Amino acid sequence: MPPEIESPILAKPTTKNMSAAPKPRPKYYELNLAHMWPPAVLSIFHRISGALLFFPILPLLLWMLQSTLAGEEGYARWHQVFAHPVAKLAVIAAAWAYAHHFFAGLRYLILDLHLWSAKPAARASALAVFVLGALAAVAVAGCVW
Amino acid sequence: MVKHGYEKNPVGAHFGTGNFLVQRFSAVVMALYTIFAVPYILWRSPASYADWKALFAGGFFRLATLTALVAIAWHAWIGMRDVIIDYLHGYALRLGAQFVVAVVLVFYLLWSFSILWGR
Repeated sequence: MPPEIESPILAKPTTKNMSAAPKPRPKYYELNLAHMWPPAVLSIFHRISGALLFFPILPLLLWMLQSTLAGEEGYARWHQVFAHPVAKLAVIAAAWAYAHHFFAGLRYLILDLHLWSAKPAARASALAVFVLGALAAVAVAGCVW
Repeated sequence: MVKHGYEKNPVGAHFGTGNFLVQRFSAVVMALYTIFAVPYILWRSPASYADWKALFAGGFFRLATLTALVAIAWHAWIGMRDVIIDYLHGYALRLGAQFVVAVVLVFYLLWSFSILWGR
């Protein structure tokens, strides 16, 4: 039996267990990203990229869209902003988040059709998502630099 | 078997199924928009303010963009709700966070509409 360890993500089960059911069995979570299989890492990055798209990427895009469409002045201002290396890095990071979320989402839609659900295919497709996301980021980097 | 009056459904009210389906449908809408918009913008390759303005002057492009933004808002609502339920414990914290997400998403939606059709 694996050792019982303190999990940082689970509340202590004993304090609020109001059912008569037996106490939850010891659970063992391997939380080291480096020890996880690609589909598990992909799932975590899908969450992180999704949360980042909700905030701050989407409001920044809306703000940019608003001021660039509002007039010549705003367009020129954003043109200057994107000349800065930090802004270029931010664009690449945002593009990666979008691309990763996009490709990982497509993979989930395919899994919903009961395709690629065997372990080798699931692992290979998860790796493919990481590669495609990175390639998209590299392509955007090539465009902005 | 004869059914007697109200029967409790042992697996819930199927709100989860509805959310699951909306999450997939909105994902398909956004994916279609991405597949259409990225090549379209690359093809137009707006290089000046006039080009950029002209890109959004088209009714179809504006409508497609707004449709994608509505799909994003709905998708983000379900996604953020899942994340909040997994990591934030206690009703006060959860409901507070969900309230903030809902208000922010309504704000994004109205803002999107005003950007695309405001002027």
